[in-house]
Amino acid sequence: MHLDHDLDEKFPHRHTYSAAEPRRPDGTRRAVRIGLGGPVGSGKTATVAALCRALRDELSIAVVTNDIYTREDAEFLLREAVLPPERITAVETGACPHTAIRDDISANLEAVEDLEDTLSTGKGGPLDLILVESGGDNLTATFSKGLVDFQIFVIDVAGGDDIPRKGGPGVTTADLLVINKTDLAPYVGSDLEGMARDAKAQRGELPVAFTAIKSENGVAPVADWVRERLAEWTAGPA
Amino acid sequence: MTLAPPPIASAGTAAPAAVPPAAARQLRATARIAAVAAPSGASRLPVLDGAGPLALRRLASHDGAARVCVVGAMSAPVGGDRLRIEAAAGPGSDLRVTAAAATLALPGHHPGTARYDVALDVADGARLDWLPEPLITAAGSDLIQTTTVDLAASARLVLREEQVLGRAGEDTGRLTARLTVRRAGRVLLDQETAYGPGVPGWDTAAVLAGHRAVGQLLVVDPAYEEEPVPVRVLAAPDGAGEAVVTPLAGPAALVTAVAPDALAVRRLLDAAAIPTGW
Amino acid sequence: MSRAALLVLADGRFPAGGHAHSGGAEAAVAAGRITDAATLEAFCRGRLHTAGLVAAGLAAAAAGGCDPLALDDAADARTPVPALRTVARKLGRQMMRAARATWPSPELDALAAARPKGAHQPVVLGLAARSAGLAPEDAAYAVVYETVSGPATAVVRLLSLDPFDATAVLARLASDLDGVVAEAVAAAEHVPREGIGALPARSAPLLDITAQQHAAWPVRLFAS
Repeated sequence: MHLDHDLDEKFPHRHTYSAAEPRRPDGTRRAVRIGLGGPVGSGKTATVAALCRALRDELSIAVVTNDIYTREDAEFLLREAVLPPERITAVETGACPHTAIRDDISANLEAVEDLEDTLSTGKGGPLDLILVESGGDNLTATFSKGLVDFQIFVIDVAGGDDIPRKGGPGVTTADLLVINKTDLAPYVGSDLEGMARDAKAQRGELPVAFTAIKSENGVAPVADWVRERLAEWTAGPA
Repeated sequence: MTLAPPPIASAGTAAPAAVPPAAARQLRATARIAAVAAPSGASRLPVLDGAGPLALRRLASHDGAARVCVVGAMSAPVGGDRLRIEAAAGPGSDLRVTAAAATLALPGHHPGTARYDVALDVADGARLDWLPEPLITAAGSDLIQTTTVDLAASARLVLREEQVLGRAGEDTGRLTARLTVRRAGRVLLDQETAYGPGVPGWDTAAVLAGHRAVGQLLVVDPAYEEEPVPVRVLAAPDGAGEAVVTPLAGPAALVTAVAPDALAVRRLLDAAAIPTGW
Repeated sequence: MSRAALLVLADGRFPAGGHAHSGGAEAAVAAGRITDAATLEAFCRGRLHTAGLVAAGLAAAAAGGCDPLALDDAADARTPVPALRTVARKLGRQMMRAARATWPSPELDALAAARPKGAHQPVVLGLAARSAGLAPEDAAYAVVYETVSGPATAVVRLLSLDPFDATAVLARLASDLDGVVAEAVAAAEHVPREGIGALPARSAPLLDITAQQHAAWPVRLFAS
């Protein structure tokens, strides 16, 4: 639930029940939670899979998927064996994936907390990173700050090079905008420079990563950004 | 063992249905059955008291179990009747109860709800099979049935309930049936079904979707504590009716079936073939 | 007591996870049993007078101060299929999170500690109502409304049913809702004297059977 600033003063957040609480009950700092949103087919699941492959040797990772049709994305990740099954949880969203990541985050919070609980003592030590993937939805879908600490919005050049210009909460406010499938730009007639210009206009100093996730090392800029966020999170106050 | 369809062989012992005399209206009757384990290991029946329309027959037994058949000597329950059967399986005993024919709930000469209460008690180490024939609610009938089961911690139970809503081609009467099973002082299952005129929502897609027969088969066995019966979805081979086998929140398995008629419900319950170690 | 608190609790946007559940409607749509507003209404009426009555009784009793752990056991005994027990506990845990953030109370904390994986949702809802200063009747109203509005909302999505028709269905069920609330509250009032067995236990065989079938579907829009 998002509260306005003046309300914050009158009704301080109860940190126990949302992502805002940065510590586990035992006082250690909990895993950083990063959301990945974006339209259908832009490459969210591919990005999650690539991030897991790039980071799983250095970090303890878990994934929560939010599918439209229940377990499809979770099953893709399981088939690709990017993580052991106990590190992947599917949340069912009742045909409304954006509701589950923004308006009513209770099922996702259960999922991330269960992962923290069950994996904290297992092989690989306490979790460092939880990736929460939204179901493919629309350009307005963003994650609640009660659920994730940072969010990545994934779009692709084939979905139309006017998406950055059109803006919308995902494009405008995500902590990282990933513009995927740059290798397709010549074939679909997308103007990468124009997209960069529009993104800059919409996002100011917020970063944008142009990449082709499925190419060799294509996920590197995203993985580097995640490492920076984790370092920032681990060094954070309290 | 695997639960096989119960023997219907006892049907030949049924007395012909008699027309209730006028004086039998608003009848009250309690029949009692008690089994105890004799030192030999076989179970005996020190109490076998039929009452009113509830006649009881001792059946020959080829094993150590005590076998009883409930014989409906009259058409009952009728509006206003208060019928009750109590059956107790003492420590270590083995009691199997069947019925000779279906129970037919009929309208009374005067309007009024009939009651049919069944109270079962199974002691430690004992086993009770309670396998009556279906209850049929004739048009215009009005019956409240309760089945209350008290199980000791190591007791075992097989209980079947089938309800048929109306005779062939007939509207159903009104039926409210509550099944409460307590085990070791805790309620294991508490369910009430209510169908017929005046019961809101009973004939809807959420409840029966046009089906006219409902059945349940409950098996309680402490062994399920270690190894619960897995969930199974059952479909009738001819598509008439559906059922599911589910573990309860306790050492018990329940089959719930709905179907167009009594025969289809019985087939589904039999198909459940719940595995027991007996 | 604040009547507005009831609106907060009963609001479909109350963040307690209900939006992902169809209350059996997805299975009924697939079976061809819900096809339009009329069949939706019949389905809702059936669910209301069975599962809805049971849930309303539990919630009213919890709101009235009955032991929530005993009520949780009673809910188990009234829920013979594991698919529905799992859903009830999952939703109960989600309701608990929302309730503790909204109307914190030691009673909610105690139930959360005793049932960390979730108590049955109607019990948690009843206790949430109690924490909000609401009466048993209010808790029962919140439950029965959710019992019918959940399937109605889901059917709008599943069948692209006209949302005005779906809302009219809810309006036509209003007197049924009143009746079920009255029955549930009356039963809950008997609990202190007669024990928890006084609570309704009305079952709907097809809701049980189809819930268990639905839980095994590989592809579905709703969690239940």
